[in-house]
Amino acid sequence: MGEIVFIALAVGTTVGAGVVAFSKNIVYSAFALLLSFFCVAGLYVFLAADFVAATQVIVYIGGILVLILFGVMLTEKIEKVNISNQALKPFRAWILLIVSGGILIAAIVKTNWITKAPLPPTPTTGELGNAFLTRYLLPFEIASVLLLVALIGAIIAGRKEVRRK
Amino acid sequence: MITLDHYLYLSAILFFIGVFGVLFRRNLIVILMSIELMLNAVNLSFIAFSRYTASMDGHVFAFFVMAVAAAEAGIGLAILVMLFRNRRTVQADDLTLMRD
Repeated sequence: MGEIVFIALAVGTTVGAGVVAFSKNIVYSAFALLLSFFCVAGLYVFLAADFVAATQVIVYIGGILVLILFGVMLTEKIEKVNISNQALKPFRAWILLIVSGGILIAAIVKTNWITKAPLPPTPTTGELGNAFLTRYLLPFEIASVLLLVALIGAIIAGRKEVRRK
Repeated sequence: MITLDHYLYLSAILFFIGVFGVLFRRNLIVILMSIELMLNAVNLSFIAFSRYTASMDGHVFAFFVMAVAAAEAGIGLAILVMLFRNRRTVQADDLTLMRD
């Protein structure tokens, strides 16, 4: 049972990601990204990460994806879908892709991962809250400052320029 | 039985689909989406490690990655909209002002 769910979610994730990277139509790409994000959220549930799964749905699907769809609508002409998609130098890009992919796969294969048997799923929010407010307090605060800076920067960059006489 | 390796392979596949998108596609929105895919793949392996080593640290790092991803998407799309307003294009090949 668990294997079937995992395979279904993995196929959904990969197909969604593939359409994002290969589709010529940007709107299809954006909606395939939705599929991919949803399946990853399912995998998080499968990995007993309940709070991360909920955050994935809220932040990625509710926030980033909607933002990307707005980006698509504000920039591309949707009816004119077939745009040039080719990189200038595919040869070098292939070399980079194959070499770095080979290194990563070799690292996964060669390393002897020390794992423990997974515990039965329990709610993670309490432990996460403790971790954020004790051991990871400084990174947590820096992340909130980063988000504030990004917010202000995005507003300043995206607004209409007003020229003062 | 699903082991850590399955998640790591899935994560690697997802990451390299994202790398493919960044390297081969010339539309800036698709490049942004591919970057999100790569960040998602990293998050997936963080959570998998967290599960299979029975520790919470992976979850914490996944949250930081999400915060950075949200900031990056916001700034990236603001730049993109500004760029489109000024140059009427979001193709990376047309944006060579600083190169020539």
